[in-house]
Order: sequence, then C-alpha cells, then structure tokens
Amino acid sequence: MASRPHHILTVTVENKPGVLSRVAGLFSRRAFNIFSLAVSPTDDDRFSRMTVVVDAETAPLEQVVKQLNKLIPVIKITEIAPGGGVERELMMVTVSATAELRTQVTELASIFDGKIVDVGYEALTIMVAGESDKLDAFSDLAKPFGIVELQRTGRIALARVARQPTRLRAVKAARA
Amino acid sequence: MKLTGAQALIKSLEMEGVEVMFGLPGGAILPVYDPLIDSSIRHILVRHEQGAGHMASGYAHTTGRPGVAMVTSGPAATNIVTPLADAYLDSIPIVVITGQVAYSAIGTDAFQEADTVGITMPITKHNWLVSDVNDIPRVIREAFHVATTGRPGPVLVDFPKDIANQTMEWYWPEKIDMPGYKPTVKGHPKQIKDAARLIQAAQMPVILAGGGILKANATNELRELAELTNIPVCTTLMARGVMPDAHPLCLGMPGMHGNYTAVTSMQKADLLINLGARFDDRVTGDPKAFAQNAKVIHVDIDPAELGKVRRAEVPIVGDAKSVITELIKAVKAEQAKHGAPDTSEWLGTLHEWETNFPLRYQQLEGGPLKPQFVVESLRANTPDDCILVAGVGQHQMWASQLWQFRQPRTWVNSGGLGTMGYAVPAAVGAKVGRPDRMVWAIDGDGCFQMTAQELVTASSERIPVKIAILNNAYLGMVRQWQELFYEERYSEVYLSPDLPDYVKWAEAMGCVGMRVDSADDVVATIEKANAIDDRPVVIDFRTDWREKVYPMVPAGGSNDNIILGPEFGEGGR
Repeated sequence: MASRPHHILTVTVENKPGVLSRVAGLFSRRAFNIFSLAVSPTDDDRFSRMTVVVDAETAPLEQVVKQLNKLIPVIKITEIAPGGGVERELMMVTVSATAELRTQVTELASIFDGKIVDVGYEALTIMVAGESDKLDAFSDLAKPFGIVELQRTGRIALARVARQPTRLRAVKAARA
Repeated sequence: MKLTGAQALIKSLEMEGVEVMFGLPGGAILPVYDPLIDSSIRHILVRHEQGAGHMASGYAHTTGRPGVAMVTSGPAATNIVTPLADAYLDSIPIVVITGQVAYSAIGTDAFQEADTVGITMPITKHNWLVSDVNDIPRVIREAFHVATTGRPGPVLVDFPKDIANQTMEWYWPEKIDMPGYKPTVKGHPKQIKDAARLIQAAQMPVILAGGGILKANATNELRELAELTNIPVCTTLMARGVMPDAHPLCLGMPGMHGNYTAVTSMQKADLLINLGARFDDRVTGDPKAFAQNAKVIHVDIDPAELGKVRRAEVPIVGDAKSVITELIKAVKAEQAKHGAPDTSEWLGTLHEWETNFPLRYQQLEGGPLKPQFVVESLRANTPDDCILVAGVGQHQMWASQLWQFRQPRTWVNSGGLGTMGYAVPAAVGAKVGRPDRMVWAIDGDGCFQMTAQELVTASSERIPVKIAILNNAYLGMVRQWQELFYEERYSEVYLSPDLPDYVKWAEAMGCVGMRVDSADDVVATIEKANAIDDRPVVIDFRTDWREKVYPMVPAGGSNDNIILGPEFGEGGR
C-alpha cells in the first residue's frame, strides 16, 4: 500500500445524514479508488471531517477535487501533499499468546510503543498507533504468533503547522 | 398562520412562481393533492410518471424556467428516474417532488417504499429527504435555487406522508444559506485577457458553442463575439439554434453525424473556443485525435468540465453571458491596438467545403419517401419560431441536420442520455410552456411506442402538439450500425410498419391520425395538420427503411475519418 502513489484529502462536510454516502458514491461512480476513509465530527458540531486517501493512479487529483467540490454538503477540501502533513493511524490486534510465548509478544508490543488493552489466557489485544508503515511492520512481525483479529482505523492527517517564527512570517507577508 | 406540511409545500411552490406542474397522484403523495385543488397552480395529469418528468424538461427547455413534476413513492419514483438522469446529463432545471412512506416507516420495507434519495443521488444535482415539517419552505427554496443557478440540473425532494399531515407555523425564508454551494459567475479577468490575445493571434479559429449558451441566455453575446472577430461557429446538438443556421458564420452541427465542414473545421483549427460545451465523446470522437493543432479556450460554469476531457490553454470558469461580455471588451481592446485579424482566407476554405461537401440525399420522383424530405418539407411549411422536438435515433439526427434553425429555444431533444421516447412528452411540456408557438415533434416509430400514451394527456388537456413519425419499421440507428459494423447481421431491430396501426392508435387517443406513403402527399398533409389547433395530430410517414444517417464518424474513431455517404461515390470518404 505504501509503495503506490496516493493523495490525502481532508474534506470538511456538513454533519448531516447521508453525506458519507454522497461522498463514497461519488468516488465509486467516477471510478476513483479509495485506500482508506476516516470520518468523525469536528470541534464544531455542524461539521464533520473526512480524511480520504485516494489512489493517485485511478484519477487525476484535480478531477477528484473538482467533483467533490460540486457536492453541496462539501464545505472545504484541503490536499495534504506527501510530507506536508502529520499522518497517524491506529490499530488494534488480537494476537495468540499462550503462557510460554506471552513475554515475546509483550516485548514486541513494547518495541512498537504498543499498549496491551485486553488480556486473556490464550491471547492479548494490543493497540499500536503511528504512521502506516510502522503498523504494517508490527502486523508482519506479529503474524508468526498468530493474528486472531485485526482492525485499523485508516489514516487521519493534519497539515503541518508553520515552522517559521511569527515575527519572520509577518515581515515576509509585508514584503509580499 | 398554521399550515399543514402539504399546504406549506403547495404554498412554497406558489412562492417560487410555479404556474404549472406535471404529475400523477398515489398513496404517499395523497395529502399534497388535496390543497392542490385550491391552488393557482395548473396540474397536468399524466398517464405514466416518466411522461411527467420529460414534460417538465420540455417546459424548461422552451421557457428557461424550471419544470416541476410531482409523483408518489416507490414505483412512481422509479418511473421518474429516467427523466432525472436525462435532465442531469443535459443540465436541464427540473424540480421533482416524490411522495415517501411515513418518516417513521422508512427502512421497514413498507408498501410502495423505495430509497428514492439513494436511487437518485447520482443523477440529481442534489436531493433532499424532508425530515421536519418546519423545513419545507427552506428545502423548496433551496431546491429551486440549486436547480436554476450555476450549472442547472434536476433536483428531487422526497416528502414523507406523515410530515405532509403535521402542522407548522408558515414562514418564507428571505435568504438562502448554503455554505457549500457558491457557483462562480464572473470569469477571471487575467484569463479573459489571455483568451483575447489568443483570439487576436489565431489564423484558423473556430467557436464551439454548447448548451451553456442557452442556459446563460447568451445568444446575442455569442453572435456579437463571432461577428466582431469573424470567427465561425459550430453549434452542438444541445445548442442548435443559438446561431441561425443561415448566418454566414454558422457552420451547423459537429460530431458523429455532424456535417463535413463543422467536423473538419475543428480538426484543422489552430484555436478552438469552447463556450459552454463539454467535449462530449459524440463531438470529439477519439479525443486523442481531436483538434490536434488547436489551442483551446474553454469557458464553463462548472469547473469540473475544465480539463476533464481536453486540457485547455486558457480555462475560464464562469457564466457564458458574463464571460463573453467581458471577452468582447478585451477583444475590442486588442483590436484597437493591433487591428482586427483577417480570417477571410480561413472562411473561404470553410465555404469551399460547404459547397463541395453538403448534406446530400435524393428524393426520386415516384421513389420511396425519404425521411430527409419529410424534415425539409416540415421546415418549409412551419413558422420561423416553430418549436421542434425529437426523440433519439436516426430521425433525431436528420431533424438536427436539416432543420434550418432560426431562433434559440426552438429545439428540444435528449442529447446526453439519448432517451428514446423523449419526444411525445417533451413536446407536450414544450407546448404547455409556449402555447403561443406551433410545436412539432419528429419521432421514430420505435420511440413513439415507448411513450405514446401521453397523447391521451395531450388530448384531454387540449394541448395541440403535432407528431411526425418517420416510420421506417426499424430501430433504425441500431439497424444502421448492424449494417455497417456487424456485416449486415440484423439482430432484433425489425418493428413492422403496420403493427401497431398508428392512425387508429392516434384516433383512439383522441388525436387526428393521418398516413403518408408518397412524397407527393407530404406538403398537403403537413398543411392539413397545421390547420388543426384543437387536438393533437399524428402523421405516420412511411419512409425508406434503407436510408442511413450521413456523414458519420465511426464510434471512437478519429474525426479525420469522416464518412460522407454513398451520395459521394465509392466509400464516400
């Protein structure tokens, strides 16, 4: 997944019934592929925010954005260029962990800053957060123990905040 | 003032200036049909819900105002899906109101329940499910606003039965607050200047005028720009009539069945000025081989059309009227500096082509009746402002090719979706919108059989439309493709000229029915039909089934490989 080119769009939409179906329907009928999609309300309960990871090979980004913009509940679309944002994803995995293997599993989890969120006699549920590559690596390494269940949230992303000191920015703006 | 939801709906429609609506009642919409009795709105009772949708579309085509249709839930809503898809592809403003089962019963598979909002989501500009009686005026206001502004299109309001029966305190929203909907009207000044510079520099420029010219009411501006710059104009299927065909700068229709000059002008052009057209595949043929030498200026109110098919050197988002007005100013400024460019050599080449490669057919004395002869005879015997409606297929192409359009908004047809059966109901809607005009439909025998029952509506409502069936006993366009591309293996295209008996059928529906077998009777019969103004008329023209539509660019092929037809000798290339 990480090797194929992708775009990340964050889409602010009206928080109304049916909006997800409008957005998802648009992608499918214009034959654009979605890698992942995460939706949740924002700090303003009139709006929701979607993070859509799009396969860049199936559609020129410009068409995707223009078609999305035509949807009436869509308020704003921001493209996060590769490297231009902070991306995170969360994963929960239930891994087989009998008594003799349990330490190995917990050790692996701690290397990845994972948290044990549920424990049983035969298995552990581990929560790992981070960039998608890190989650891929963890699930690869956990596979030999036996993965019982796995769920990922899909990526969420925010644009990077400005790194220049405020004063410097003000000077630049005044010159421009 | 307390109103029921049903009363609020009707009152909202009145507030929007609706004078007429097309519809058919049923269970879920019953409450709304009661206050309709006391309303100023004229309701036309159709015989099939598809008819209501196409009538609304014909009405919108000819008046420029939104057409309104109202039907019940479930099967009625699915019957109106085709007109919605049709209006969506042709950007026609129609407002469709569907009944829905009670809000509390949604999702229970109730009687006549269908997920209308879900079904119509991809084929409407927007749709609404009313979930609160207090929302009704706001939703109707928004629906008309969305349908008629920006790139126009169909909208749908789904109206649950229990909400129709609840009460609300009446209000009318003064303002529309839609943060996610703000169409761009004005073109970017820098882009307009760049466009004027390209126009100034071009040696072989062509304007491609599309349906957007009609939607923006920009026919006068288009003509002024063409005359100012001496640039010839191709008019797409949706834009027939935006320039009179007799105008020396009008090249007529381009595309798959366009004339040689219009098609080839774009292939050879060094500048293509697309005003409100969307580079449909029926116009471009193989897009890679389309107008390869041309730089492109593309004006469209829908930003998503810019760069969708063809990258434009100068893309301009905006309303055609506003952009062309500004473009005229910018061109005048260029001309004041550098003088008017001389396109006379280019125009000379085009006129040479027009002389050498005209549309051709032969009506032999005593020979079979040619469909093209019927079209030309109709044009010659109807007023300039006669409205022409067509279905989809060979007859539609002959109508568009040979009808000498003289005025805008005199042509009603289904372009993008290619909806067979469009003509009869659309003609009824057109006549309701423009009762002062003569309305003729040219229809195919296959098309006519799909929606003919709306002539019952026309008879009972005294809407005197006139239908010319070009009866060649075949699904003619499909037959043409099978002849040319499937080695004459005819599969399921024969319909019979006599079954049904169109004259008797017309009479049974309260119309006057006539039949014409020979070219000698064509004009006299048309005159007879023109004299009838108290009921619809149907003429069954028995035309030559061998006749094919030419020129033709085979589907997906390059426009350079246009086939002119047998009248031009071997292969006609």
